[in-house]
Amino acid sequence: MNWVLDNLDLIGRLSLEHLRLSITPILAGLLIAIPLGWLAHRYRLARGALLTSAGLLYTIPSLALFVIIPPILGISYLSELNVTIALTLFVIAIMARSVADALDSVDGNVRQSAVAVGYGALRRFFTVDLPLAGPVILSGLRVAAASTVSLVTVGILIGVESLGYLFTNGYQRRIVEEIFSGVVMVMLVALLIDLALVALGRLAMPWARRPGRAAR
Amino acid sequence: MIEFTSVSKRFGDGPLVIEDFSLVIPAHKTTVLVGSSGCGKTTLLRMINRMVDPSSGTVEIDGTSVLERDPVALRRSIGYVLQSGGLLPHLRVVDNVATVPRLNGVSRADARARALELLDTVGLDRSLASRYPAQLSGGQQQRVGVARALASDPNILLMDEPFGAVDPIVRAELQQETIRLQRELDKTVVFVTHDIDEAFLLADQVVILEKGGRIVQKGSPSEIIENPANDFVASFIGVDRGARALTIKQTPHGRVLVDDAGRTQGVLVEESAPARRSEGSLP
Repeated sequence: MNWVLDNLDLIGRLSLEHLRLSITPILAGLLIAIPLGWLAHRYRLARGALLTSAGLLYTIPSLALFVIIPPILGISYLSELNVTIALTLFVIAIMARSVADALDSVDGNVRQSAVAVGYGALRRFFTVDLPLAGPVILSGLRVAAASTVSLVTVGILIGVESLGYLFTNGYQRRIVEEIFSGVVMVMLVALLIDLALVALGRLAMPWARRPGRAAR
Repeated sequence: MIEFTSVSKRFGDGPLVIEDFSLVIPAHKTTVLVGSSGCGKTTLLRMINRMVDPSSGTVEIDGTSVLERDPVALRRSIGYVLQSGGLLPHLRVVDNVATVPRLNGVSRADARARALELLDTVGLDRSLASRYPAQLSGGQQQRVGVARALASDPNILLMDEPFGAVDPIVRAELQQETIRLQRELDKTVVFVTHDIDEAFLLADQVVILEKGGRIVQKGSPSEIIENPANDFVASFIGVDRGARALTIKQTPHGRVLVDDAGRTQGVLVEESAPARRSEGSLP
């Protein structure tokens, strides 16, 4: 416990860093997955190809991705960008399927009715299909977010500091408290992001709460 | 006036679902297309607002082919009521009703004010305006669906089995409301149903369809009941059974009409009263 109290500054700094490193890939991955998921939802052929490659992508170990990406994109091995891109790819791998499933889940009658009252295609996608797909997309995003928070730790192996530092440093110096505090903080960061996502979902999709309750 | 001329439709390589269909739908009247499922009635309805385009033939509104109109603009100019309301679940009632004016660029405040008036028109309490559709009963949802269809004050109202998913008591209420609204608003209504009683109740013109959109008979309800075109129509509308096969029975107090199950359905009065629809007034 002494180690923890002596290093609160370090733990705090690493936690914030960890949070920052997690949020970018979650948001970027979601934004990229939406058009991909739409393609998979809309075109049967694209669905097979896209979702299979997305699934395969997720099976590549993160460490291997850190090695594969830099030569392809011409960036440094030991850069934060490398980690961000790799983690974004993992989020896309999860979210492409999630977005496709979410769009599939939108009631066909509702879609027809939007067409019938005169929504154009683009407006219908952004103001009807996408919001109605929201709850399913959100549950996918919560999984992707938790996965991202835990994967950020691996970045320490190429020198990108996060709570992962507490694992490697604690292991090398045999400080169990340090490793343990890393585990706890990773869980807390994951929990924080999850709660934020749920709260955002509540705010953005008040209609998705269980029906039958009063409006306010 | 809506006019179908030699309209045919096949989806992809499939069989013809509509075969050489021609019909004039008069303005300011209610025309009901009635037939069993698969007769193409919904397909015909959707040709009017270009949810479906014919493979051949023309559909004209007041002399202009719908194919010359932009589909999205056309749909905004025509009211459409779907089965079980077809409301957008993520919009509050008031915003569902305001949908079409909003799409047409009316300001949010004006569209909402108009939407609240329409809730009155269809007999819904304004306190429901801030609810979501899932918080309403089936009958209330259906009324919201009608209000939404009326929001841009269209000349034409398309109703696709709108009361198919509500229970019989609510359905009867909604049917009476439809009659009342039609009397007040004087729209050209095209209504699709498989329920012949509903058709006879609502229609000025009934069009009975068979597979392929073939018209078996069309005419006013009276014309069809008095003179069914063939055995199919006779059996479909049930002239030989139930409350339509009435016999006169002499009783000590006068003559009454009895259905085929022996239940008394009405009294035969000497001078037939002028035909008049019941006045539905609902809470």
